[in-house]
Amino acid sequence: MTGDRRQRPPVALLVPAALGAAFVVLPLVGLLQRAPWGDLVDELTAPVVRDALALSLVTSIAATAVSLVLGVPLAWVLARVSFPGRALVRGAVTLPMVLPPVVGGAALLFALGRRGLVGSWLDDAFGVQLPFTTAGVVVANTFVAMPFLVVSVEGALRAGDRRYEDAAATLGAGRWAVLTRVTLPLVRPSLVAGALLCWARALGEFGATITFAGNLPGRTQTMPLAVFLALERDRGAAIALSLVLVAVSLTVLVLLRDRWLRV
Amino acid sequence: MRAIAAAAATVGLLALPACGDDGGDGTVTVLAAASLTDAFTELARDFEEAHDGTTVELSFGPSSGLANSIVEGAPAGVFASASPTAMDVVVEAGEVDGSPADFAQNRLAIALPQGNPGDVRTLEDLARDDLLVGLCAPDVPCGEVAARVLEDAGVDPATDTEEADVRALLTKVAAGELDVGLVYETDVAAAGGDVEGIALSPDAPAGTRYPIAVLDGASDPGAAEDFVDLVRSEEGQRVLRDLGFRAP
Repeated sequence: MTGDRRQRPPVALLVPAALGAAFVVLPLVGLLQRAPWGDLVDELTAPVVRDALALSLVTSIAATAVSLVLGVPLAWVLARVSFPGRALVRGAVTLPMVLPPVVGGAALLFALGRRGLVGSWLDDAFGVQLPFTTAGVVVANTFVAMPFLVVSVEGALRAGDRRYEDAAATLGAGRWAVLTRVTLPLVRPSLVAGALLCWARALGEFGATITFAGNLPGRTQTMPLAVFLALERDRGAAIALSLVLVAVSLTVLVLLRDRWLRV
Repeated sequence: MRAIAAAAATVGLLALPACGDDGGDGTVTVLAAASLTDAFTELARDFEEAHDGTTVELSFGPSSGLANSIVEGAPAGVFASASPTAMDVVVEAGEVDGSPADFAQNRLAIALPQGNPGDVRTLEDLARDDLLVGLCAPDVPCGEVAARVLEDAGVDPATDTEEADVRALLTKVAAGELDVGLVYETDVAAAGGDVEGIALSPDAPAGTRYPIAVLDGASDPGAAEDFVDLVRSEEGQRVLRDLGFRAP
């Protein structure tokens, strides 16, 4: 390690770095400064807030579970299987990361709404309607958040050393055993980091949710939606809700960031 | 483009001193209720044609949200609200230059997707569990009026979604993803053939008034005043009437 050789960081870097940090932190300070500290407990124990918080936790965890079930196999296929159009699929899978979430929500509505391509079939065949339901919130969250998991796991799989897998196979391990005993343990840090990032993104999801799942307290009104609507009327409540989101997200990211950047 | 527009504005001001006698910058920023989208888009075009070199910038949203952004310091010259309540917020914050004047009225109506798939007949149908029912959120003006109408009729709606503004609700009804919603009469008209409307009983407290005012922060107070005059003029009233608004 060369870290022992302490150097004074150059001012030319320190000044813009400090400005960059201030730029990100300043809005949070604004939030803290306007927070209704005296009424915080009252604001956060109001039934609407409790409902929104519970719904946010349930739907974001469900979305992470769905993302793990679908996203890890997807990451594996994208990393290990060569097929025509793979570059296109890789691009499409990451599209929700850069697409405006409202566009994603509208696309979901056109595909999975009851007049939509797949939605009309779901409705006719199974009587399942996703828009305006809690399941719809999970769908919207998964759409937006799953790419974070896929990208993280796929990157680790592509960068990983395949010789361990080859050795295990040579020693007689079946393909399933190689996957569960060698491959997945090797990418575990990325898997955990990807899953946490996916969860944090799902927790903050707004645009796709309000467009696809609508907004109803107790059923589809998650924390970000509650914040948005509270801003129309009760700014104190909106700030109190925002603080909870900031606290949760910041905790996850502080715990996670070093690990995430290393993998 | 911006430079060209600015240059054009300057030339316009020199040519037409009447428009710029307050030394404004030739721009009117208008914050208007979502339900005014079509009317004000048309009026802004008329205004720009009549006032060479003056630019109208339009921003539409729920009146309550717009009122909050004005109080928070959003730079705007004119505020047109779909409810006196939202205008009061701005007046109380001391942001209004002069006093607001009503320029139109509107009424809520029952909106259905084309073909009325849910077989909705009356306001009472909003209580049916088998329908997908949408309202505006209670925090925004159209939701405020809807709550009043439903309470007055003694209907407990089986709400499936509370949308953030009236146009978001209209879009979901027009797409057929909701069976019924309560929007303004003018929104039903604006949706053309995609949406069918049922008028509410004349006794229902379904009406709302639209006040407009010039704001203290107007960058060109003269032009802002001119825009308000246009909205309240015979021509402005004709545009509003054609789109289904009622006279104030």
